[in-house]
Amino acid sequence: MNTHFLTGTIIGVIPQVSTVWSSRDSWETIKIRWSVGRMDYKIEPGIYAIGQPAESSPVFVTANFKLSFDHVRRALNNMDAWLLVLDTKGINVWCAAGKGTFSTKELIRQINLVGLEKIVNHHKVIVPQLGAVGVSAHEIKKNTGFSVIYGPVRAEDIHEFMEAGMKATTEMRAVKFSTWDRLKLIPVELANGKKYLVLVPAIFLILSGLNRKGYSVDRAYQDGLRSVFILLIAYITGCGITPILLAWIPFRRFALKGLLTGWLAAFILAYFHFLGQGTIEIISWFLMIGSLSSFLAMTFTGTTTFTSLSGVQKEMKTAVPAQIGMAGLGVIAWIVSKFIAS
Amino acid sequence: MNGLVYLKNVVTLELDQEKCNGCRMCTIVCPHAVFAIENKKAVIVNKDFCMECGACEKNCPENAISVRSGVGCAAGIINGILRGTEPTCDCSGPGSSCC
Repeated sequence: MNTHFLTGTIIGVIPQVSTVWSSRDSWETIKIRWSVGRMDYKIEPGIYAIGQPAESSPVFVTANFKLSFDHVRRALNNMDAWLLVLDTKGINVWCAAGKGTFSTKELIRQINLVGLEKIVNHHKVIVPQLGAVGVSAHEIKKNTGFSVIYGPVRAEDIHEFMEAGMKATTEMRAVKFSTWDRLKLIPVELANGKKYLVLVPAIFLILSGLNRKGYSVDRAYQDGLRSVFILLIAYITGCGITPILLAWIPFRRFALKGLLTGWLAAFILAYFHFLGQGTIEIISWFLMIGSLSSFLAMTFTGTTTFTSLSGVQKEMKTAVPAQIGMAGLGVIAWIVSKFIAS
Repeated sequence: MNGLVYLKNVVTLELDQEKCNGCRMCTIVCPHAVFAIENKKAVIVNKDFCMECGACEKNCPENAISVRSGVGCAAGIINGILRGTEPTCDCSGPGSSCC
């Protein structure tokens, strides 16, 4: 467990945490964003003290994912408050609320476990608004006597929220998904496919040696490296470029957005003669790049903040068969092109 | 929303205005300002902005709201199909992660 941010204890037993990030915290944030040991950064659930809290100090609830915990404690700088950390198995508030670990049951459990009514003399807990997906305010009230006040979506608005008498503005209630927000998510998107980033290029590298006369290692090397480069471009287009440009690419369906950017990338590659000389090989690459980019763009629905289950299901009904068909045809055409070319 | 709206007319969100007591909770918990209060009753004003997260349904003390909530995630849906379960975010085993 991580404990380097603890600065002492309050009332003898409650750990006090720093509200300032150390260089280690900043480094760990970068690592988590790149998906390096992402799940190793859990915080021990329970109650923590921020500053020198008293009985009347507010109670903030968060998840035991280190990024969540870090952003909340940093936002509480210069405040005296209690921080109640739920056991969400190291997952952030919104996802954990969707998965049922940031839940009514877990909040009730922690309120009772830490003896919250002996620590504070009021009956209020401030839950981040996105926690509402998993927490039922009236159920908490009924079971513990504590009223749930939904705080702002973003921790950085907490000070303003408190100054306004625990009232969030419409602005604070809205989930935004800016280009910068998306940019921060690109590393993890790129790292998601690491399992396939070796396997698929390796297969293409080996198959590239095929030709009419049998097998040529020189060919595998030359055409193979070119194939790997093309695949990498398709990969980056699908899960890097498309998410960043999401708002500016036409179409509502992610699969179509990805297909469009994939084909644009293919056009550029074709223009610079990267897709080979033969018509069949060029067509095969259009099919493969298009389907790969389209599929990867579609999986970005899971990262966005505005796609609904019903919408994604509707999109997938036509997109998945099309992607599989295109990819299959593409691979066949590509292999055929090996035997046609001299 | 800077132009980020998903497919039209697909969400399963329903509001039974008869049951609504005007407590405003749905307007507080919704991350996409789908609800508004008119004449002391909730109304759905931006249905296509709904992402089916289910926060409103969960926090409506009168059970006036229903929505088929779940993850709007292609990988999650594929996962659900492969495992024969509901769409699920748990796309990974121990030691790795998803969202």
